[in-house]
Amino acid sequence: MNVLRDRLFGLLFAIAVLTGAGWVHAAGLSEAVAHFTQDDYSATSDGIAAVNDSGDPRAVAIVEALQDGRLLFSAAAKTVVVKDRAGALTDAVTGMPVATPPADLSPVRLNNRLRRTVAAALGSLTLMSPDSLRRYEAAQAVFKSRDAGALETVEAALAKETDGRIKQALSEARAAILLVKGDAAEAAQLDAVNVIRARGDQDALALLSAVPASAPASVKQLADGAIASIRRDLEVWAGVQNAWYGLSLGSVLLLAAIGLAITFGVMGVINMAHGEMVMLGAYVTFMVQEVIRTSYPGLFDVSLLIAVPLAFVLTGIVGIAIERSVIRFLYGRPLETLLATWGISLILQQAVRTTFGPTNREVGAPSWMSGAFEIGRITITYNRLWIICFTLIVFFVLLAMLRFTRLGLEMRAVTQNRHMAASMGIRTHRIDALTFGLGSGIAGIAGVALSQIDNVSPNLGQGYIIDSFMVVVFGGVGNLWGTLVGAFTLGIANKFLEPFAGAVLGKIAILVLIILFIQKRPRGLFALKGRAVEA
Amino acid sequence: MSNSPLIRALDRGGIAFLVILAIVGAAVTLANLMLPPTSPLHVPTYLVALLGKYVCYALLALSIDLIWGYCGILSLGHGAFFALGGYAMGMYLMRQIGTRGVYADPIRPDFMVFLNWPELPVYWYGFQHFPYALLMVLLVPGLLAFVFGWFAFRSRVTGVYLSIITQAMTFALMLGFFRNNFGFGGNNGLTDFKDILGFNVQAQGTRAGLFVASCVALGLGFLLCRTIVNSKFGLVLIAIRDAEARARFLGYRVEAYKLTVFTLSACMAGVAGALYVPQVGIINPSEFAPANSVEAVIWVAVGGRGTLVGAVVGAILVNYAKTVFTTGALAPYWLFMLGGLFVIVTLLLPRGIVGTIGDWTERWRKRETAAAAAAEPSPAE
Amino acid sequence: MDTLTTPSLLYLNGVTVSFDGFRALNNLSLAVEPGEMRAIIGPNGAGKTTMMDVITGKTRADDGEVFFDEQDLSRLDEADIADLGIGRKFQKPTVFESHTVEDNLRLALRCDRKARAALLWRESADERRRIDRVLDTIRLGGLRHVLAGSLSHGQKQWLEIGMLLAQEPKLLLVDEPVAGMTDVETQQTAELLRHINQDRTVVVVEHDMAFVRELGVKVTCLHEGSVLAEGTIDQVSQNERVIEVYLGR
Repeated sequence: MNVLRDRLFGLLFAIAVLTGAGWVHAAGLSEAVAHFTQDDYSATSDGIAAVNDSGDPRAVAIVEALQDGRLLFSAAAKTVVVKDRAGALTDAVTGMPVATPPADLSPVRLNNRLRRTVAAALGSLTLMSPDSLRRYEAAQAVFKSRDAGALETVEAALAKETDGRIKQALSEARAAILLVKGDAAEAAQLDAVNVIRARGDQDALALLSAVPASAPASVKQLADGAIASIRRDLEVWAGVQNAWYGLSLGSVLLLAAIGLAITFGVMGVINMAHGEMVMLGAYVTFMVQEVIRTSYPGLFDVSLLIAVPLAFVLTGIVGIAIERSVIRFLYGRPLETLLATWGISLILQQAVRTTFGPTNREVGAPSWMSGAFEIGRITITYNRLWIICFTLIVFFVLLAMLRFTRLGLEMRAVTQNRHMAASMGIRTHRIDALTFGLGSGIAGIAGVALSQIDNVSPNLGQGYIIDSFMVVVFGGVGNLWGTLVGAFTLGIANKFLEPFAGAVLGKIAILVLIILFIQKRPRGLFALKGRAVEA
Repeated sequence: MSNSPLIRALDRGGIAFLVILAIVGAAVTLANLMLPPTSPLHVPTYLVALLGKYVCYALLALSIDLIWGYCGILSLGHGAFFALGGYAMGMYLMRQIGTRGVYADPIRPDFMVFLNWPELPVYWYGFQHFPYALLMVLLVPGLLAFVFGWFAFRSRVTGVYLSIITQAMTFALMLGFFRNNFGFGGNNGLTDFKDILGFNVQAQGTRAGLFVASCVALGLGFLLCRTIVNSKFGLVLIAIRDAEARARFLGYRVEAYKLTVFTLSACMAGVAGALYVPQVGIINPSEFAPANSVEAVIWVAVGGRGTLVGAVVGAILVNYAKTVFTTGALAPYWLFMLGGLFVIVTLLLPRGIVGTIGDWTERWRKRETAAAAAAEPSPAE
Repeated sequence: MDTLTTPSLLYLNGVTVSFDGFRALNNLSLAVEPGEMRAIIGPNGAGKTTMMDVITGKTRADDGEVFFDEQDLSRLDEADIADLGIGRKFQKPTVFESHTVEDNLRLALRCDRKARAALLWRESADERRRIDRVLDTIRLGGLRHVLAGSLSHGQKQWLEIGMLLAQEPKLLLVDEPVAGMTDVETQQTAELLRHINQDRTVVVVEHDMAFVRELGVKVTCLHEGSVLAEGTIDQVSQNERVIEVYLGR
């Protein structure tokens, strides 16, 4: 079957070359290759053309070798040999192994101009390759090079091509050549513009802008229209892309901020060690993966599922310990709480640094989180997609927990009226500890997810603390929905500012905007009003 | 008790502090300059620079104590004012390098030549003049504090909210100063200084001079703070700290008081930064790191906020400990200690060292008077 | 009618305030004459404290107008309104706990409130005399140098009233002055308020009906953010609606 296809292609190629370029004589390969022994750039150039025209099935191998510097010649023996990637030598013309290589073998030299010629020749040669992927790549290469010399080959290939995708690429390549070629027929050029417009990406834009000034007015006009429409399309897609990045960033912000929305928003306790809870969660993931790697390699794909509950429990316990040992003595003194928890954050960071070292730790992605797919012109990676889903799940589970469980009810009772709750038999101290533990545990879960997209190092948490506070304050303290809206608003705003201001200035702009916003609405987007606020 | 604001500032504690500062300052300077290096009492120049650094930190702590201890404004961004003052001084020092830089450009500092900037940016103009640079040392932090405070206090952002947005402010500035196109040397900051007012910054005499200048600045800063807190203005500040709403309903324009003291405090921090830079020889964006500002707050907490003297004591003690512990074998444990210090001070020593000692002496004095009263036979018996 | 010839000192007309849909004040109208003492009663949530907040500029009215001494208060903030001559005592006694009794009064004394003036302030004999006078009125003369934080609850209430006096306002708003006081203290407080009323207008919000009766002044009963009844204590306490919503049966 393969043999048959090879033969067929060889035949087709010969026909294409013969019919497409009447003046070309299918010169013998040996004659063509002889050019390479002269060690002269223009002779080499002739050689490439001759090999290209020879129609010999070995032509591709020879030109490829030339491109890679594996085509060697001997001036004395007047022979040319191909060194394959393993280092074995074969005769360029016959393809037979060379047993005794001449002493003075040296590579055929190329300059930049020749390299382009080689690439173009290779492009037209590979357009006929039996390997569909190669043909596709070759078509793309021709599209980029717009080498007028390849036109006949492209057309020949186009006539024979059966694969729709390659056909498309070939017709685009053909259109590209026609567009920049000064002497093409006007009708053909108009068609070409339409083909390119359909392609509609940055390359198409570049190509249409490169239509020579000498082109007919009608072509120019059509091309300009096409440019405008592609620009519009691209802008829309850039917007969609930004929105997606924004959603992705927003979900990260939300993930980091949900725990804080509980401890700061609901309890009113300012926890500067919140970022370190996230960091601990990420290290739990690392440890789980270490154990799996060494002992149960088969479980790697579920490592994150194992890490989530572990991280929740571990950071939750750490949180409860912090609440019981430090924070409970500082209720009603928010500034002192801030300082004490900052101290705790230093201790936790240093503890992790001494245990795991200061450098980044490797956390792998399970197979279902790697890779990407495309929708229209945007690429969506699975890890980002999963993090968005995961964030929303955490958010809604938490919301449901606060609303529908006994613990949630008691938490809300304690935060609204501590004395009343206490006199109704709720053990407020226990609820304080559990609420703080819950907030910390959620931060730990966030750490599991963030380990997939951030460097797992002792400094991981520091990067999130200011952002998280901004989200909570922006969204409105004590309101989980505010936190959700706040996170996504900031995420999307950030990504839409970035193209104008750059990443860092965009971030600064966001900070300034939030500071200004707090001036306007000191209690955030979804502020609680009334007397309860003053308490 | 006299009526003049300045005399009021110089109560017994105030005079004692200034005298001690003057004696220590003079002793260190003389022991460095007058005694031969072989003398056991000789203070080596590196130590003078180190002490000078502590004194600058003490001035920064003083500025934080003024707003936190007396007005309840916990700024987690005072490091930004410190760094801005430092950058203003650094820009003067950079302009002084002139043709002695690596690229020997008479106008542009090395990093601008390296980045192929055709000319000096406008905001670098004038920094070759020392008086102008001094003005900027006060003006830039002061102006930022004024604008920031105007927005924040007017809309009644208080407590932890204020703390967090001040932290965000210094964070934003840090991000900005890390950028090359901000025009302040990016990552590397400003360094390789040659002279200040024509004196070599590395020279022993200059170091001693800078140390003395720092001590004088600390003394003046202390005097200024004392004058403020012992005036009726100070009474109002404490009133705002303890019951802001009450002060408002008494007719005090709380935001004006806060803004005044916040701006003043930022200027003091700027001066501290300006004196700090020539002594350590570098200023870079990491000075804006939020952690630095929080650390400065803990100096005040350790010493005792609302005492002024405590801020100075705390800054020097904590920084001395940092020097000792970060250079030895205990270096990996320093952050544990610092973190522990935050927790312990807030939990067990909320009044700080000076405040706690003050409480003890107060109690002791009360017991003395009570004992004296008991010893006297009461006429009724 | 004589309301036309003698303009009210405090005049609220159709004031409405809502918090997240809840109407704390609902079309409230009220007029207090100069030199009057008025008691405001009403169940919890009737809008008494919100009314005080609106008058003193802490809360903005969504609708309606507030006039004091023929000046519109709706655009002014707390400090402006205090300067116009309205003093307010909070429900919970609020004094500057780490200042002495004397310094508390010194801060309250009517004077230039500007920051610059406070920086350049010097103690004067006149100031001392005024402080002494207030200390006599509130009977805390012996505690002049004691920290306000160490006063008893009743003493703090009086200190706060003393601070109001030192402020020399035209109108005093007093929120629950006798909450948590002993009977003797309550009686003394009533006396004190009557004494103050000799040259100032007073509005008292109070729950304690015995105390209100003791004051013997015109009473306004609020309910759900508007006026339910107005008149003498006997008239109001016999009003059927008042009995229904407030006194209970």
